[in-house]
Amino acid sequence: MMETTPTPVMEAVGITKLYPGTVALQDVDFSVYPGKVNVLIGENGAGKSTLMKILAGIEKPTEGRVLLDGREVHFASTREASAHGVGIIHQELNLFPEMRVADNMFAGKEVSRYGMVDRRQQARLASRVLDRLQPGINPNGLMLNLRVGQQQIVEIAKTMLEEKLKVLIMDEPTSSLSNAEVEVLFKLIEDLKTQGIAIIYISHRLEEIIRIGDYVTILRDGRRVADAQVKDIDVHWIIEHMVCHSNLTIEKIPYPGEPEPIMTVEDYRLPRPGGGWTVDHVSFTLHRGEVLGIYGLMGAGRTELVESLMGLHPESGGRMTLSGEIIDRPGITRQIERGMVLVPEDRQRDGLVQTMSIADNLLLTSIPQFTKNGVIRHDPCRRAVEGTVQDMQIKVADVRHLITSLSGGNQQKVVIGKCVMANARVFMMDEPSRGIDVGAKTDIFILMRRFAAQGNGVIFVGSELKEIISVCDRVLVMSNGRLTADLSGAAITEAALVAESAANLFTGKAAATTEGSVEQ
Amino acid sequence: MSTVHLKRPQGQVSLGMLLLKGRTFIALALLLIFFSLRAPNFTEWGSVVLMVKHASIYGLLALGMTMVIITGGIDLSVGSIVGLSGMVAGGMLIEGIRLPWVSGTIFPNVPLILLIVFSLAILIGLCSGLLIARLKVPAFIATLGAMYICRGAAMLRSGGATFPNLFGDAAKGNLGFDLIGAGSIPGIDVPYSILIFMVMALIAAFIMKKTPLGNQIYAVGGNERAAQLSGIKIHKVKVFVYIFSALLASLSGIIMTSQLRAAHPANGESWEMNAIASVVLGGTSMSGGVGTIGGTIIGVLVITVLNDGMIMMGVSSFWQMVIKGVVIIVAVVIDLVQKDLQKKAALTARLK
Repeated sequence: MMETTPTPVMEAVGITKLYPGTVALQDVDFSVYPGKVNVLIGENGAGKSTLMKILAGIEKPTEGRVLLDGREVHFASTREASAHGVGIIHQELNLFPEMRVADNMFAGKEVSRYGMVDRRQQARLASRVLDRLQPGINPNGLMLNLRVGQQQIVEIAKTMLEEKLKVLIMDEPTSSLSNAEVEVLFKLIEDLKTQGIAIIYISHRLEEIIRIGDYVTILRDGRRVADAQVKDIDVHWIIEHMVCHSNLTIEKIPYPGEPEPIMTVEDYRLPRPGGGWTVDHVSFTLHRGEVLGIYGLMGAGRTELVESLMGLHPESGGRMTLSGEIIDRPGITRQIERGMVLVPEDRQRDGLVQTMSIADNLLLTSIPQFTKNGVIRHDPCRRAVEGTVQDMQIKVADVRHLITSLSGGNQQKVVIGKCVMANARVFMMDEPSRGIDVGAKTDIFILMRRFAAQGNGVIFVGSELKEIISVCDRVLVMSNGRLTADLSGAAITEAALVAESAANLFTGKAAATTEGSVEQ
Repeated sequence: MSTVHLKRPQGQVSLGMLLLKGRTFIALALLLIFFSLRAPNFTEWGSVVLMVKHASIYGLLALGMTMVIITGGIDLSVGSIVGLSGMVAGGMLIEGIRLPWVSGTIFPNVPLILLIVFSLAILIGLCSGLLIARLKVPAFIATLGAMYICRGAAMLRSGGATFPNLFGDAAKGNLGFDLIGAGSIPGIDVPYSILIFMVMALIAAFIMKKTPLGNQIYAVGGNERAAQLSGIKIHKVKVFVYIFSALLASLSGIIMTSQLRAAHPANGESWEMNAIASVVLGGTSMSGGVGTIGGTIIGVLVITVLNDGMIMMGVSSFWQMVIKGVVIIVAVVIDLVQKDLQKKAALTARLK
């Protein structure tokens, strides 16, 4: 086969994107070749989604240029991008479930006649595209009656309404699909390739990438670290470039005391709206001095489990004891008073008050401790804040600065520091290393081990294998709401974790049908 | 907004930034200079006291409104609580409380009247607060409903008529009501109403700056989910601000009724808008999390000076409205531009 480097249809040159608190992208180049699947991979927070958003016109780069067919373009919106032939399919589908399929496809660009929406014409155009992709979707049916896979096809069809679709961006398109639907999607991608459309494909699933990818670009911490043709590489090459080279070695300091249980959870469950369980009768014990990992794929119910234990889901139920005390109905405030804290997955949404200073964020929970007759005492507050900042090595110029002036890693340390100041004994950390730089990650893992060594219990919800393996004493694996494994010591291996995390997914047709009914 | 740790950090602030930050204060100064040159009698002690008296009555509403808006809410009911409180107090002075079983009437004394009125206000605030916090009714809707109910109740109390001559009667033992609004501190000519406002402003500022509750009010408005996950009882915080707001509104209603020595059911109509305008002028963000009591007081003064100054100048009341509208919009636009500039400056600083 003759191989010359084809001309890229789209190029990103020297893209830098700053957000308050984080550098999402730093001087990134990215080429998109026509008729190829251009894969973009990286860990959570590596900047993939940001780069996509810039290419699709959702975000503007702070610095750098985007070229389409060799000409510089500045998309003001996704609509403008799609008019130029750049379409995007988000991981979360952006659809109106109560509207018709055709209306969904034409939302924002309705076909009108005499000032009225021409539904018939819309349906005709819609079905022309839909039939090409997958026959059997009725353009006049309601969106909510379609399965997730079909909804995704509608999303793809939406981008193909423009006659000259050149670039199609797919952000983790398989994350919510069943196996059969994934096959349909891959076939579709092959079709699109033969039409000369460039696909930008983002995924975490490495085997998928090897299967359908042509070119691969790896991002890490907002920088491009490598790119190659997929035929020249293998999974190991990808992993090697994706994860940090300095192999993560965290010293597992043992707890000198008795590893007695600090929290027991029995038969915990959270019903899923529409039937089934998001958390499916989960039981486990957390001991003093232990870092307990909870590993699983997206949607396995890990976050919901820790949220339920924290009291965020009143509809959850089960038996729980905390330091021997039986807890019937957990409420957030009481749980915190009992020493249980949650470092939430989404730092910006659930962890920080962006309008407040670093000091005030640290004091959010513990401020009543620093009062005398109901009045805040300034000096003890300041001493405690400064102590925590020093202890956790939070890099700040001044604790009175706004929290948003910090980098992501330091913001995360503030969220954890807030919990430490509340005298926590059970730390539940949901993806604490997401979206922060490598140095801060290591710091946070060291802190987790230190909390454990002080006789506390630490739960680490994570989806990065290396991190889980190098930090945890014991790992629970969740799949589809259920605990599928309880591994400790040498049994914690990448292979075991991956196998167990898929254990409850494809066990017969039962799982598939419940999944289908849930999506209705 | 840092409550515990003094002021906001002072980075390298340019002169332009400084002017933008102190804009409300500058506006107040300019207004004062302008009116003292153009409006006759503006600088006389009598006019000054009168203006501050007006500011006190509006200001009480604005204090409560500041807290409500900082939590991310809004309270549209305060104007009608002013009216209702006056009517309830006036009714008890003139007609007393008719006892249902023994056909008789009792006349409560003034402290008891105040107690009853304040209790009623607390009840109204509690209802709005619970609707908003527990049942998740949007604050706009819950307090809009409360606004209509209170206004209607005020009208119903007298069938729409005024309770005049609220001096009380020595025979009934309810003298002294008129002193609240009309009395002055002996010796110096400072009315009680101004003193009451100053005390309430100090209490409000104290709550916001010196107590955990104040911190929690900022936190709830800044990011409700994060506040909740930090163990803050967001329901209690919200219920508190609506109770406080209603209580201050009823205090304002009492003072006004006492000053006029008459209670009219339409009193306080559209005052909630004045209060909101003052709060926004004072730099409080309508999206919550940011604002100060001090800023609101300056905002109240701007609105009052503008109002009274234009009246003294003889500007027609129609033009007054137009000008007030322009001032509010300009103030908010400047505020938004300023925030945008700050954000950009912060980002470009990090690029270097």
